[in-house]
Amino acid sequence: MNNNMNLKKLIIDKTLKLDCGQTINNFPLAYETYGSLNEKKDNAILIFHALTGDQFVSGINPITQKNGWWSYAVGSGKAINTDKYFVICANVIGGCMGSFGPSNTNSETNKVYGTSFPVITINDMVNAQYNLLDFFKIKKLFAVLGGSMGGMQVLQFVSNFPDKTKIAIPIACTSSHSAQNIAFNELGRQSIMADANWLDGDYSNQSKNPDKGLSVARMAAHITYLSKNGLQEKFGRKLQERDNLKFSFDADFQIESYLRYQGSVFVDRFDANSYLYITRAMDYFDLVKEHDGNLSKAFEKTKTKFLVISFTSDWLYPTSENKEIVIALNAMGADVGFVEIESDKGHDSFLLNIPTFLDTLKDFINTSYLKNTQ
Amino acid sequence: MKTEFKLIADLIETNTRVLDVGCGDGTLMEFLKNNKEIDIRGIEISKSNVQQCIGKGLTVIEGDAEQDLSQFPDRSFDFVILSQTLQAFLNPEKVISELLRVGKKAIVTIPNFGYWKVRLHLLMKGTMPVTRTLPDEWYNTPNLHMCTIKDFFSFCENRKINLYKSIALQNLKSSKITNTNLDLKNLTAVLGIFLIER
Repeated sequence: MNNNMNLKKLIIDKTLKLDCGQTINNFPLAYETYGSLNEKKDNAILIFHALTGDQFVSGINPITQKNGWWSYAVGSGKAINTDKYFVICANVIGGCMGSFGPSNTNSETNKVYGTSFPVITINDMVNAQYNLLDFFKIKKLFAVLGGSMGGMQVLQFVSNFPDKTKIAIPIACTSSHSAQNIAFNELGRQSIMADANWLDGDYSNQSKNPDKGLSVARMAAHITYLSKNGLQEKFGRKLQERDNLKFSFDADFQIESYLRYQGSVFVDRFDANSYLYITRAMDYFDLVKEHDGNLSKAFEKTKTKFLVISFTSDWLYPTSENKEIVIALNAMGADVGFVEIESDKGHDSFLLNIPTFLDTLKDFINTSYLKNTQ
Repeated sequence: MKTEFKLIADLIETNTRVLDVGCGDGTLMEFLKNNKEIDIRGIEISKSNVQQCIGKGLTVIEGDAEQDLSQFPDRSFDFVILSQTLQAFLNPEKVISELLRVGKKAIVTIPNFGYWKVRLHLLMKGTMPVTRTLPDEWYNTPNLHMCTIKDFFSFCENRKINLYKSIALQNLKSSKITNTNLDLKNLTAVLGIFLIER
């Protein structure tokens, strides 16, 4: 999608064996960094982004011209203070912000991959990003963190590399994607595939784009990121720039207009096939099954210190699922803290300006780093 | 407070794993961490307390001890501490048995309802005692199951719990509680501190 942009890219020349059985090599991983790596190289933080995120965590996103997706949390003087820490974030493989994904052109056929792109998993995403440590010559990260799908990558990272990060903060996530969440993802995928312009995923080669399908997928997903109370408080039954109902199917209500807007801006920055691939990766995520039904085994060798965070009104990745992670870690005697943050903003809370959340994040990171240097 | 903390610290051996149940804002945990070579964790029900603990660099899990102790494997801690919270649980008996499952030993401290000032208050005024260590009224107190040192002694005897060490705290003075001085200590102590094991 953004192939012509001047994005920072690491070309990974090592062969990566994907979970689906295929291997890839010489593929691009687009990344961004904030702050600077200190001499001891002990201040590096790897942030994993969520489904529709990208490497532009903070500052102005050059594509959308809007603030980076985690601007509230990351930046100078913020919870993740870029004056002090070196922050790295990469676009996941399968994504559409410069990393190897279905919108790339296959050099053998000279055509855009589309659905001929291999199915990727959270494990593949994490293994690809692990190359960043070698690239920056970092022996051990100070922290890995992320919310939602970012949190799943945190868990996978610690499971794959038990001694490669001092601390880990999985936020509003799960160790095994639930049936409800698979259902919502399937709704989004079917919406894209039902768009006549999707053309079995070949739309780019035929100069089309399934805008309608992708935008409906986004609208449906967006509802799951909010909470009933949050929606009611913000929109209620307020009408959109009109005094009375129009007895039509226009966007009479503000909530309709809001969702339509969210859908329409999304298609400008996101590739429909990437949406299929990334949601699939989330659905396939099951760290419990990967360890024969015992999640604790995933963290058997870990020396990492954890803080698990959930939000009261998050019904997509509810506290109970986050607590499963805490329980598994405790069963191993791992160093794990847990807090549920009060918020009525739903799953989206982790992206928003919620002072108790941001303070907790800041405190945990700073006190852990202090111990690091002792 | 400080005296109680010091007495608790004296009961704990170094290089052990310790769990503070109902750790509040982490004051005791911090004290123990600074005075003893131990690996200490906490569990606490109040969100704001948990956040304060994290601010102090302490490892604390938000949770309800009556349900969430079950996530810890048997004997996964050398010591489990329950400081002045036993009386606030719906089912103190179950909590004690969980403490002794999760910990090899447990340290339990209780405000002594048999303290003479408490007895005198009820005797003379005829109303529920309100004292410095029991500052709440009957209608808003979190203390659901008050007990005396003597009650705790017989509870341990009935349940075949080994009272390893029993200490009475009166103002700043501490003394051993034995079967022979039990009635006296039950009258003079403000706080009882017990090291128990199954």
